[in-house]
Amino acid sequence: MSKTLEEGARIVSIKGSTVQAKNLSSYRMGEITFVGEERLIGEIIAIEREIATIQVYEPLEGLRINDPIYPTGKSLSAELGPGLLANIFDGIQRPLETIKDITKSAFIERGIQTNALDRNKKWSFVPNPDLKQGEIIRGGDQIGSVKETESIETMIIAPPYIHGHLLEIQDKGEYTVTEPIAVIKKQDNRKEELKLMHEWPVRIARPFLRKMPVQEPLITGQRIIDMFFPITKGGTAAIPGGFGTGKTVLMHQLSKWSNADVVIYIGCGERGNEMTDVLIGFPKLMDPHTKNPLMARTILIANVSNMPVAAREASIYMGITIAEYFRDQGFNVLLTADSTSRWAEALREISGQLEEMPVEEGYPAYLGARLANFYERAGRIIALGSPYREGTINITAAVSPAGGDFSEPVTANTKRFVKTFWGLDPTLANRKHFPSINWFTSYSGYIEVIEEWALESGLEDWGRYRQELFTILQKDNELQHIVELIGSKALPADEQLILLIADIIKTGFLQQSAFHPVDSFCPIEKQMRMMKHILLFYNRANILIKNGCPISLLNSLKSVQILKRMKEDVPNENLMQLNKIEDYIHSEMEELGSKYGYRV
Amino acid sequence: MARITVKGVSEIKGPLIVVEGVSGIQMGEYLVVNLENQPSRKGRVLAIEEEKVIILLYQGTYETERDEIETEFYGRTMQLFVSETMIGRIFNSLGEPLDGLPNIYSDDYRDVNGTPINPTSRIYPKNYIETGISTIDIMNTLVRGQKLPIFTGAGLPNNQLIGQIVRQAKITEQDGSEKFAIVFGAMGLTMDDYIYFQRLFKETGTLNKVIMFSNLASDSAAERLLTPRMALTTAEYLAFDKDYHVLVILSDITNYCQALREISVALETVPSRKGFPGYMYSDLASIYERAGIVEDSEGSITMIVNLTMPNDDITHPIPDLTGYITEGQIILDRSMHNRGIYPPIDVLGSLSRLMKDGIGEGFTRKDHPSLSDQLYASYAEGLDKRSLAEVIGRKELNRRDQVLLSFADKFEEVFVNQGNEHKTIEQSLELGWSLLSQLPETELTKVSEDLIKTFMKSKEENML
Repeated sequence: MSKTLEEGARIVSIKGSTVQAKNLSSYRMGEITFVGEERLIGEIIAIEREIATIQVYEPLEGLRINDPIYPTGKSLSAELGPGLLANIFDGIQRPLETIKDITKSAFIERGIQTNALDRNKKWSFVPNPDLKQGEIIRGGDQIGSVKETESIETMIIAPPYIHGHLLEIQDKGEYTVTEPIAVIKKQDNRKEELKLMHEWPVRIARPFLRKMPVQEPLITGQRIIDMFFPITKGGTAAIPGGFGTGKTVLMHQLSKWSNADVVIYIGCGERGNEMTDVLIGFPKLMDPHTKNPLMARTILIANVSNMPVAAREASIYMGITIAEYFRDQGFNVLLTADSTSRWAEALREISGQLEEMPVEEGYPAYLGARLANFYERAGRIIALGSPYREGTINITAAVSPAGGDFSEPVTANTKRFVKTFWGLDPTLANRKHFPSINWFTSYSGYIEVIEEWALESGLEDWGRYRQELFTILQKDNELQHIVELIGSKALPADEQLILLIADIIKTGFLQQSAFHPVDSFCPIEKQMRMMKHILLFYNRANILIKNGCPISLLNSLKSVQILKRMKEDVPNENLMQLNKIEDYIHSEMEELGSKYGYRV
Repeated sequence: MARITVKGVSEIKGPLIVVEGVSGIQMGEYLVVNLENQPSRKGRVLAIEEEKVIILLYQGTYETERDEIETEFYGRTMQLFVSETMIGRIFNSLGEPLDGLPNIYSDDYRDVNGTPINPTSRIYPKNYIETGISTIDIMNTLVRGQKLPIFTGAGLPNNQLIGQIVRQAKITEQDGSEKFAIVFGAMGLTMDDYIYFQRLFKETGTLNKVIMFSNLASDSAAERLLTPRMALTTAEYLAFDKDYHVLVILSDITNYCQALREISVALETVPSRKGFPGYMYSDLASIYERAGIVEDSEGSITMIVNLTMPNDDITHPIPDLTGYITEGQIILDRSMHNRGIYPPIDVLGSLSRLMKDGIGEGFTRKDHPSLSDQLYASYAEGLDKRSLAEVIGRKELNRRDQVLLSFADKFEEVFVNQGNEHKTIEQSLELGWSLLSQLPETELTKVSEDLIKTFMKSKEENML
């Protein structure tokens, strides 16, 4: 062994996905280091005297004791600038398409280093016309903009830590992400060039001026969410469910149809084919709110289940940092993470390799703290800098509880930090009732905020409709216990009517097919009117029943079929057809009434 | 890379040995332990701590002598020579022939651990496979490139079901223009099961298309960790380099997981649920995720995995973690089996995630998605009525409930219980419609009137 190598930074032990090294020139927590001759990417996660533990984002096969370690002086950072949208990255922001070009194979080889943002692509930069030479530039100030995709005009903002006088700014023109577009003189008289991109360490939340209370709903087009358990822009929601309960399809639905400006989809330790499904499917779909291609507002982060576990741990932070970057530009960002359980498992795996004391089910004691940290990066904020901007981040995260048991540590800890809980129910999923969100175990902490919003938006009936439908479902639930014992025949007619209406609500309203061209997305107006029609039918039928009409006549009305199918039969572009349904219910009821002499 | 040979070890513990005082050893390195008067054993470097190299011996450490062990490090990871001539052969988990024929020599070799497929290089699987089994074809369609486990319990006819799939499934185009192979990874199989599969391949005339990697119940547990990796490395070569449609059958993954637990305990890793290691999810993913279809290749890897649920418990970590990775599952049901229904597939619990894009117009038939939704919904309701009837008696049910219940009965009797017969997709669809015709039209909320008009047979034409 040569003397110089002994003195240089080198590996002293290798285990699982971590290596230990000594003789580092500096020992800084979180520093990115290259490991071995292949320069695998790693991050320092523990320091004990002269030994640093490095978690490596790639498989360790082939590494040897005494292999060199190369410091970078940088923490794990995200590259932020034009070129993020419509792209797909791995957990440490390497673009998968570029990796494919480098490897020339279908597989991800080791030791590939590539920039997140394309260094050669020229972007058409438009400077901020309000900026003048000599003006003070602070972090977050708008320097200019780049029209990145059909949907998104990316605001070029000064990195958060910047403070100085503007010396020069480039004219409108074509620039790469690393060419200077402005120069400022800092207080210490040093010059700093600003570029289209800047970097930010992913484990540190980006600063903002102030947090604000959330205000308006995120419209998802999913009836049970929008009407029953809504989430606000800037809100957090967890979607726990065992396998086969439809988590991933629901996550896809949210990313497809929500009225967010930017969607970041993190496939964290999930199936490879599901990411491919998104990759193939999204470019073909249209954003129902802007009519632009969905992909133009989407960023995918894919760290599928058989990719290295350490990078899976990083992928969540990578995603939220990119979300914060768009939030700071004043966008509403939806971040969907599928699944945070896989991320927690990655934490557990790494913690085990560090021989930390486990608490519950082998998870480290800091699981709750890490989850809290992540969810607290959501919210509605006023961004730094001028012009004035408000931005939001939504986090909707899937949780995959072991054995479908919601009391396990990840679900239990997540529940502490999210305000909305969409609990998926295997019994509903088994009978193909999707979305399988259970309406008794789920909740939304944003009802009051949204009630206020609904009043201002001309949806004043929302709260009442919601409550009435809920009451029917609640009664139905109680009655079902009785039915299980004595059958429905023995119930009085008004209670049998509850069973019928609850069935209409479940089949016709709560069930929503993700794969049906019409039903996949349901506009708010249609949602409201569907509730209205169901309640209309209920109220009319109730009067008939009170007048002695037998339930069997109501059961066989055509209106029942119509109500169950209006979700698919009424096209979203032509809600006028709903008027006809209303008329039809009226006429059928009246006919029934007159035929049998009941007053409606 | 030069080989390094070391004599003597410092520790022997379970399947592990520790070699000290050696440098230049790689993580994951392949090695051979030479013993006096015994066949040599093979191993792999699991961890390196300073001068200590921790090694897993695949054939265990029994009857090794501390100071006599001679460890020969190969300077590379474990590799498998791959070639089309492997087809029709039988190997052990280390890739050594068991059929008395010579070793495979080839210019092509692969690291057995594989590398993850780039999601941007995957082709989304869309071509359905007709298995000839109605409950799979109509309700849980299998797609080429899918990974689908069969969750079974001890004593249930899962092997018979796999046999039927091997016999009937049309994995390639029928004109013979495409190449086809089966890779079978036997993990901890009993001799009886092993013989069953061998006979199955012989009977179905597929023996000359099968590559078998065999690790029997009596073989070493450590070696079992290699079996699926050997099988999949071979499958990847055939599918992605040689354009074969490969059906990989792994049986039984439960034995594999138990071996994984055994080794992880020996390594003193922190256990998670039921003593299984925390990394079991990642480990299983590194097996299952090797199925699929990739760009620039005509081939595919479809995976069918046998998984015996310990004590029929679907929440046990093995089926649980598997279900989170695989693209669905076929569940076998004990009560149906006891009632003599074959195949006893629990239709409601089973799932095929790739079905939605592989069926319908242009694939199977345009009525397929709605028909299967309707069958699901009505059968689920029928089962509810059955449990109701168990309490209050059939006679107490109202008219509608009785209709639904007899639908569920009929569904199980003729649709699920098809026996060893081969049904084409067309036949299965027709049978589905005949069943639906037993229901009043008000119950048919999932099929449109158009479909009913086109496909519903009149009572006279009805098959039932």
